[in-house]
Amino acid sequence: MKLRLTLEERAMLAGEAGPGVQKAIEIVVALGHIYGAADLVPVAGVQVSGVSYKNLGDAGLEFLQDWAAQGAQARVPATLNPAGMDRLAWRELGFSEGFARRQEAVIAAYAALGITPNCTCTPYLVGHVPLFGQHLAWAESSAVSYANSVLGARTNREGGPSALAAAIAGRTARYGLHLDGNRLATTIVDVRCSVTSEADLGALGYLVGHQVKNGVPYFRFADWRSDIEDLKALGAAMAASGAVALYHVEGLTPEAVAGVALEPGRDTHCLVIDDLAPGYTALNGSADRIDLVSLGCPHASLAELEVISAALEGGRVTAELWITTARAIRQAAEKTGLVARIEAAGGRVVADTCLVVAPVAELGFHTMATNSAKMALYAPSHSGLSVRFGTIAQCLEAAVTGRWS
Amino acid sequence: MELRGRVIKSGRAEAIALVSPEPIGFLGGVDPETGIVVEPGHPLEGQCVTGQVLVFPTGKGSTVGSYTLYRMARSGTAPAAIVNAESEAIVAVGAIIAGIPMVDQVDIAQVRTGDRVRVDGDRVVVER
Repeated sequence: MKLRLTLEERAMLAGEAGPGVQKAIEIVVALGHIYGAADLVPVAGVQVSGVSYKNLGDAGLEFLQDWAAQGAQARVPATLNPAGMDRLAWRELGFSEGFARRQEAVIAAYAALGITPNCTCTPYLVGHVPLFGQHLAWAESSAVSYANSVLGARTNREGGPSALAAAIAGRTARYGLHLDGNRLATTIVDVRCSVTSEADLGALGYLVGHQVKNGVPYFRFADWRSDIEDLKALGAAMAASGAVALYHVEGLTPEAVAGVALEPGRDTHCLVIDDLAPGYTALNGSADRIDLVSLGCPHASLAELEVISAALEGGRVTAELWITTARAIRQAAEKTGLVARIEAAGGRVVADTCLVVAPVAELGFHTMATNSAKMALYAPSHSGLSVRFGTIAQCLEAAVTGRWS
Repeated sequence: MELRGRVIKSGRAEAIALVSPEPIGFLGGVDPETGIVVEPGHPLEGQCVTGQVLVFPTGKGSTVGSYTLYRMARSGTAPAAIVNAESEAIVAVGAIIAGIPMVDQVDIAQVRTGDRVRVDGDRVVVER
């Protein structure tokens, strides 16, 4: 297929808007060719991944600094994924000076490129809420899933450099989930067992992602009342165990409610889930003693901080308890006294970062408990940790006793 | 022999071909300081890609691999050109930001390690 470009896009490609923009549109156009796009589409917002110095290294840092030096600037509102550390409390949390210096250099390079350094995987909880049908270029897989599925916006799973290119070019190639036909369900998932906690949704998401890979599941629940936190957990798990970037829930998510999620007359493949135990088994390692309890993957909402704070009331943790969240959520929780209550029980509310991308092994942790299926999947391979997976209540009990029971 | 492909990053290069039957992941798969393939068990493990026309089916692995190619270009360890059967986003973006001529949709079964290969736009000329 031939990729059609506007006069402005041709001029950008010819270098008339400078070398920084030229490089950005070269990337967008190349991806358009690779994926058979007919044209480019302006994006309303961008979310860029590839922030932790642990993953980016000096190669990525140099590239970002060089691109900024060419005068490249985001043309649309653009936000940043979590960094490798809490930007304020890194020293007391045990991060090294050298890591902190390089991490700040990465963030400064992004800021010079015009990206808002809000360092969160949940931009939709802190003011970046796209409208139904808006085209985006988001990179963080759990946020991509939330934007597509819960909000009905349209984004592919971008890589870090391709999202950044979309921000600088102000457009992305129109392929994949930007097109109606690719947003139709590929598998109907009939959930017959009851689903009662965010961990249940993580286990469910793990099982479904594993089965449908990069397909589009359409859920029918026998018994479930959902909230934002559940949808966040479900999407994150499917994006990690498979490559699910869009799902529908009958009677709940916008494209399902609008009746455009199922193709009429199509014999859609059906998957029945009547037991979540295989998901729990797959996500649980054998750790007995727990060094670190990780909650807030994806980043915790205020409601989750309230649940955690209430559950910790009067208790005292012996393991490290880190609840990761966006800086803006932490600031709101400081004002309402939530942070003080969690800290009084020995927990920490850690902002700007995520234990998937932080240099956790260097901090001396070997075992972890988490309520996040995504974290339970990534921590063993990314950080060499032995992981236990369960509900918030199980995780907080492990934080208090230092053991998994 | 002349093969035709699709330009991912335009440019010209002439060098000896290094052919991998398996996909290549650059993050963790190739040492950017030396250009040597370090992925355990990879068919090119221990071989140096620097200055060669690197021919492989497609890319794989983390999107951060794009930055590894950039680092290689800055350190002088990058391949002279890249020829793929079917390009994907990681290597394509890496070639663009690193300025490495790249062509895909090429019948790579026609190329053998040691052939002299000239990449020029969408043309891949093979001599042996």
